[in-house]
Amino acid sequence: MSQVERQQWDVVVVGAGGAGLRAAIEARERGARTAVICKSLFGKAHTVMAEGGIAAAMGNVNSGDSWQVHFRDTLRGGKFLNQWRMAELHAREAPDRVWELETWGALFDRTADGRISQRNFGGHEYPRLAHVGDRTGLELIRTLQQKIVALQQEDFKEFGDYEARLKVFQECTVTRVLKDGDRVSGAFCYERESGRFFVLEAPSVVLATGGIGKSFKVTSNSWEYTGDGHALALLAGAPLLNMEFVQFHPTGMVWPPSVKGILVTESVRGDGGVLRNSEGKRFMFDYVPDVFKEKYAESEDEGDRWYDDPDHNRRPPELLPRDEVARAINSEVKAGRGSPHGGVFLDVSTRMPAERIRRRLPSMYHQFKELADVDITAEPMEVGPTCHYVMGGIAVDSDTAAARGVPGLFAAGEVAGGMHGSNRLGGNSLSDLLVFGRRAGLHAAEYAAGLGERPAIDADQVDTAAAEALRPFSAEGPADGGVAENPYTLHQELQQAMNDLVGIIRREEEMAEALDRLAGLRMRARRAGVEGHRQFNPGWHLSLDLRNMLLVSECIARAALERTESRGGHTREDHPTMDRRWRRTNLLCRLVDPTGGLAATDPVRGQIDLVRDTTEPIRPDLLALFEKEELVKYLAEEELYE
Amino acid sequence: MSSYDARFRVWRGDAEGGDLTDFSVEVNDGEVVLDIIHRIQATQASDLAVRWNCKAGKCGSCSAEINGRPRLMCMTRMSVFDREDVITVTPLRAFPVVRDLVTDVGFNYTKAREIPAFVPPAGVAPGEYRMQQEDVDRSQEFRKCIECFLCQDTCHAVRDHEENKAAFAGPRFLMRVAELDMHPLDAASDSGLDRKRTAQEDHGLGYCNITKCCTEVCPEGIHITDNALIPLKERAVDRKYDPVVWLGNKIRRRPSS
Repeated sequence: MSQVERQQWDVVVVGAGGAGLRAAIEARERGARTAVICKSLFGKAHTVMAEGGIAAAMGNVNSGDSWQVHFRDTLRGGKFLNQWRMAELHAREAPDRVWELETWGALFDRTADGRISQRNFGGHEYPRLAHVGDRTGLELIRTLQQKIVALQQEDFKEFGDYEARLKVFQECTVTRVLKDGDRVSGAFCYERESGRFFVLEAPSVVLATGGIGKSFKVTSNSWEYTGDGHALALLAGAPLLNMEFVQFHPTGMVWPPSVKGILVTESVRGDGGVLRNSEGKRFMFDYVPDVFKEKYAESEDEGDRWYDDPDHNRRPPELLPRDEVARAINSEVKAGRGSPHGGVFLDVSTRMPAERIRRRLPSMYHQFKELADVDITAEPMEVGPTCHYVMGGIAVDSDTAAARGVPGLFAAGEVAGGMHGSNRLGGNSLSDLLVFGRRAGLHAAEYAAGLGERPAIDADQVDTAAAEALRPFSAEGPADGGVAENPYTLHQELQQAMNDLVGIIRREEEMAEALDRLAGLRMRARRAGVEGHRQFNPGWHLSLDLRNMLLVSECIARAALERTESRGGHTREDHPTMDRRWRRTNLLCRLVDPTGGLAATDPVRGQIDLVRDTTEPIRPDLLALFEKEELVKYLAEEELYE
Repeated sequence: MSSYDARFRVWRGDAEGGDLTDFSVEVNDGEVVLDIIHRIQATQASDLAVRWNCKAGKCGSCSAEINGRPRLMCMTRMSVFDREDVITVTPLRAFPVVRDLVTDVGFNYTKAREIPAFVPPAGVAPGEYRMQQEDVDRSQEFRKCIECFLCQDTCHAVRDHEENKAAFAGPRFLMRVAELDMHPLDAASDSGLDRKRTAQEDHGLGYCNITKCCTEVCPEGIHITDNALIPLKERAVDRKYDPVVWLGNKIRRRPSS
């Protein structure tokens, strides 16, 4: 075996966003020696970008709220495709997870009686999102970061070593999960700063790597979101679930070009902002789908009254779930009623006083002022859909967050599938991170503690992983003597293909073409080459991330081609309606080669097999939370009469 | 949309040394310095090392010095420069270079660990915390910090005095002490921890002579000097010279501390 440093830990957490840090805190508090490994600096993870808040039915602002109402909203938002047990656990446990943050030093905005304030958001029946202005994600990540430091301070007192039981390997990347037979045995990693390889031996690995947005051209996601955890799970033999469901957030910036896709928080609408087309019309009133007809205002007057008197009025349709709003904006622009730069207008300036806007939405004010020369207290913003979140992900057990079929592998947060069904509600992501981050950490620690013998590291796997990681330095040109491929060019072509062909509105021929293009890119990616050496070399890092983006993109395209209906974050122009027969069907993606090898030389077949999987029936007491008339719209015939 | 070619000078090298490298690179409407650095990476120097994440001024990763001034590259618009300007981008000067624009910011993580954490109040269960908005406003201002470390970079107490680093936490972490000290429910004092005193004695508050350089470079517009450091100094001074407090400290102080 090549000379690679090896360290022993009980639990390795991959990713240091909300889910990863919460998992690490739990694992360490349960007595497991825990390592966290993350691509960026500690405290910079994508969670900092979350703006609106954490959904939790604390009932601080409207005491009518309860976990049951939260559960119901979540299932409606996900169009009943959610793994219902996850949605139940999430709704039940979210309040405790928020309150616990206060004991670690978090400072949320307050109600008049001194409790945690909660704001309205799309798809949530009551004001439910605990928030700190529009920088809630920063508060979350900083609080968890500071809790980790607090635990390290305890260890320093006890052992004289801050990192005795909890260590963060920052700016390091995992390229393979290692296995001993079926079981997880550790992770193969490289350090960005030096390019040095190392192995973390551990019986439990928690994947908490976030999403896949960097496979799309217009996205609110940062460079880290290259689907690493999704790919690591596939390569380790675990299936991915429902990858066709990708959320396009309705409001991203559209101008100037360099900021296209950057998120404009849903809080703008939650706090009273409205959407208008070029004719000045509040067009969302024309886009309320049948399943939501009874729950949304029919006139602007009623919608406006709702902000002050929610008990006697219905909410404005600007607060429909994100998939509905994104499609509506897309249609308006297509119909020629868009804004000058191809979006629509989002206006708060005529809806509340300037001072209030600056206080409630400080980072939006700052972002538009600095990046677009737009003063949102005086003029409307231009916004349009941006790739924001993937509902699909690693198939997990609802209670334990264990990945299917690979003992020792766990997943939490965006990288895990199931929780949000076909569409995630705003605010349910931060609560998801906390609820399932904790559960993953807990069960990963228990699993590690319960093993008699630690799984062994296989030297061949380490050598293979090292060779795979070094390939970009010795890339050869094609047979005709051309030069090696530029990884940045490949990445741009991949983003363009996914954006154009597997984007917000999908068609059969386009997705078939996407699979063709992905096959071509996959062949070329084998020849991606880089200059320079291994020390902090972004071109090299991107070459390695390309493998992951190509795998994940193929999953999305294949699953999207297979699901012949429109539901949540998956809209088929050729199958425009929701089909109740699809409700019970999950699509699982698996690697064609079960040994984790990549079939890069077979362009037609690709690397991914699709399997249909029928979901468990929803528990009767949970179904009883809904009116029969509503269930008829979602459930398949046979489910209604079971 | 109008494009032009800008002249950039970017520092390239590593711990052993390096130099400014000239690039001529396309600039389009609305772009920021980070866009231009990325274009250099994609078309002229694939291994140019740079940190970045959110590209929206929220994560504090892409800190560098642009024409000598500490700034976030993602929030520095090209339109603030004349087309003829040569734009010089160099790594943060107060920290050791790793490669190109990437520096070793480990100093900050070391200092973060030296600030004692929030102490939850005894007997208050989760869910029972009650605080008024006006009482959390001040600490919330400090918690807007995105840890870009520009204030740490610009503070002359360490920028030109490497030898002070051991004793001085820097504005970001003195502000953290102030944040905890002003937290309405922090129970540090019940556990025998006087945050004001430690600011002075353990974290080097005395090195700060309120030149406000930190406030000037803060991309979040936090009033670090006026709202965190000066009040902390005043409180620390009260403690030090108030004879009653002084006596109380003498009596209560344990031999080991």
